[in-house]
Amino acid sequence: MEWNFDPFSNNSFNHYGNNPINASHSAGGIIQRTQSPKVWGGTTLGVVYQDGVMLAADTLGSWGQLARYRKEERLYPVGNFTAIAYAGDMSDFQYTKHMLDSLMIKEYYINDDHVLSTPHVYEYLSRVMYHRRTKMDPLWNTFIVGGYNNGERFLGYVDLLGTTYQSSAISTGLGAYYAQPILRKAVEGREGLLTEAEAIELLNSCMRVLFYRDCKVINSIQRAKVTAAGVEITEPYSVSSEWGFGEGVRGFGSQKQ
Amino acid sequence: MDMNSFLPIQVPWTPQTATSAPKQAPSFFPYADNAGTVAAISGTDFAVLAADTRQSAGGNYLINTRYQPKMFKLSNGSVFGTSGFYGDATTFLNRINQRLEWYRHAHDKEMSTPALAQLISILLYSRRFFPYYVRVLLGGLDLEGRGVVYGYDSIGSYEACLSRAVGSGGKMIQPFLDNQIERKTQTGILRAPLTLDKTKTIMRDAFTSAAERDIYTGDYVEIFTITAQGVNVEKFDLRKD
Amino acid sequence: MSSIGTGYDLSVSTYSPDGRVFQVEYAAKAVDNSGTVIGLRVPEGIVLAVEKLVQSKLLVPKSNRSIQTVDTHIGVATAGLLADGRHIVNRARDEAESYRDIYRVPISGKMIADRVGHYVQIYTLYSSVRPFGASAIIGTFDLDGPQLYMIEPSGVYWGYHGCAIGKGKQVAKTEIEKLNLDKLSIVDAVKQAARIIYAVHDEAKDKEFELELSWVTAQNKRHEFVPADLAAEAERLAKESLNEEMEDD
Repeated sequence: MEWNFDPFSNNSFNHYGNNPINASHSAGGIIQRTQSPKVWGGTTLGVVYQDGVMLAADTLGSWGQLARYRKEERLYPVGNFTAIAYAGDMSDFQYTKHMLDSLMIKEYYINDDHVLSTPHVYEYLSRVMYHRRTKMDPLWNTFIVGGYNNGERFLGYVDLLGTTYQSSAISTGLGAYYAQPILRKAVEGREGLLTEAEAIELLNSCMRVLFYRDCKVINSIQRAKVTAAGVEITEPYSVSSEWGFGEGVRGFGSQKQ
Repeated sequence: MDMNSFLPIQVPWTPQTATSAPKQAPSFFPYADNAGTVAAISGTDFAVLAADTRQSAGGNYLINTRYQPKMFKLSNGSVFGTSGFYGDATTFLNRINQRLEWYRHAHDKEMSTPALAQLISILLYSRRFFPYYVRVLLGGLDLEGRGVVYGYDSIGSYEACLSRAVGSGGKMIQPFLDNQIERKTQTGILRAPLTLDKTKTIMRDAFTSAAERDIYTGDYVEIFTITAQGVNVEKFDLRKD
Repeated sequence: MSSIGTGYDLSVSTYSPDGRVFQVEYAAKAVDNSGTVIGLRVPEGIVLAVEKLVQSKLLVPKSNRSIQTVDTHIGVATAGLLADGRHIVNRARDEAESYRDIYRVPISGKMIADRVGHYVQIYTLYSSVRPFGASAIIGTFDLDGPQLYMIEPSGVYWGYHGCAIGKGKQVAKTEIEKLNLDKLSIVDAVKQAARIIYAVHDEAKDKEFELELSWVTAQNKRHEFVPADLAAEAERLAKESLNEEMEDD
């Protein structure tokens, strides 16, 4: 007798709260090891371009509706040719950073001329994430892992369930709705053509859109660049924005001129 | 949501103590449906498997990526495909490959497709009370060189079949295959066995059609053919919207 | 040796009547038989140098390293039984990791020396164990600058400006004392370390040796092997100075 296992049959609600629209409501009751996120980092973006990959995130750590930490760095280097960006719980991310640091230290002292490349770090991280979800004790994060190793670009996603995928343009949080179409339009099929200047402009313009539309994004952002030269993470900076009265603005919705 | 409403027994990680407060819904739900479609057809001396390559964030109308294969060659005679929760799928695939490697070390040969079919059943059942949310298909050649396809439920029940389609577009493709492959619903039945080329054409058409109606099926379809010569892979475009 | 045949040298859990633990002293002898290992502390960092006696020409170069990394900022060179040295290094790695796990900062030189020293000392207390036949020189760079410690088989440890163990320790110590360690640049320290190892090497007794050179520099605070070009240069100068000495004689 076939038993069709369907965990979604009696409720279509997004239980694990990775739907950014109801993310702020996802903090439910706490049972045993199950946890709910406390300090929350929002949108992250990642694209591949000519020379490697580029990640971007704002520097806000939210505590509910409160903009609690305004200079929370959400990009982090792992070794010389990998960078990760996180969204989700801040303390879980700090734990993850420490875990990856320990991993890289072990790799360093083994001293066998082998280095963990980005796919290795990605696999490790995704195994940890899946393992923790299986223990019903997840690390409440969504990661974008970017890297450049021996001429190969790498951009991958892993979340609190252990779901993984690779793509040339990835975004999390509300960025999955607002930024993803913009990123795909600019990047898909042009992975090897997109210049560094174009990639920077692309990420800046996406962060600008998010700053305008997502109330949990602030205008303080960082970019990480991973190329053959290694990982480079910028200091937090702002993008230009315009908040004046839109008297002369035309061209939206049904209004055509 | 009450976890036990869909699990067959009380799972150990819900609170059991008499003194605990009234049961609260856990805030963490350990599954996602990354959707997508997998289909398989067995022929006289071949098997054809196909899967689209779109991965979606289930229920959110989001395309994660246009190319994340969910079908994998396990040996020269067998191919495995799965839709459902991709985290479970990758884990499950790793476990199969681990077991296949042990088998090769112990016996110095590839595992046969029927043996692999049984192995997959056992691995699925090993998580009977916290199932892998995967809909698995296995296709290949049996010991006599005939095409075989095995279909499973998530906890290990399985059967050999002529054709099977699972995943988000499975319910659209299955009746089509019932008609075209098994000829269950065909009038004026022609009993000539299907050629490999014809089978591949049917498979491609099935996916083109499913992509028209199922928003979670699209981008590309990968078609694996298993013959005595080995495994061959082709990739075709599907609609990307 | 006065201890032999007295029955007081069979166990670390028995003192001799004059208050000595002979097994620990024998362990120290094992260290004295090994190739020379030195450590130098200069303002810009730490240099570790080892005269690794090559047991067989069939060995792959760079195998059986006696300098190892414990954490990114810590290097340990051991003298004596290599396997015992490795065990000490493994323990040091565990200690460094557990310190990071708790305090989320790299362990200091003083702390790692203290923890490893304690561990080594435990092996001088019980009749069921054998003291380590190895000494460890720990070089690190922490918030207080470069640190150099040496742990002996007894578990005792001291901080040093420069230290030496193994066969040539007497000559090496004399040579180190002549150096102006407070003024030496790290590159010069590497060259001096190489020179000293070459100077103490006894070609008559031990034929082949491999020079191992590592450092922890102020620049990146990482323990790494000295870059190949500088190591080669230091080795060339060391051989040169050896030849000059022989011509002087």
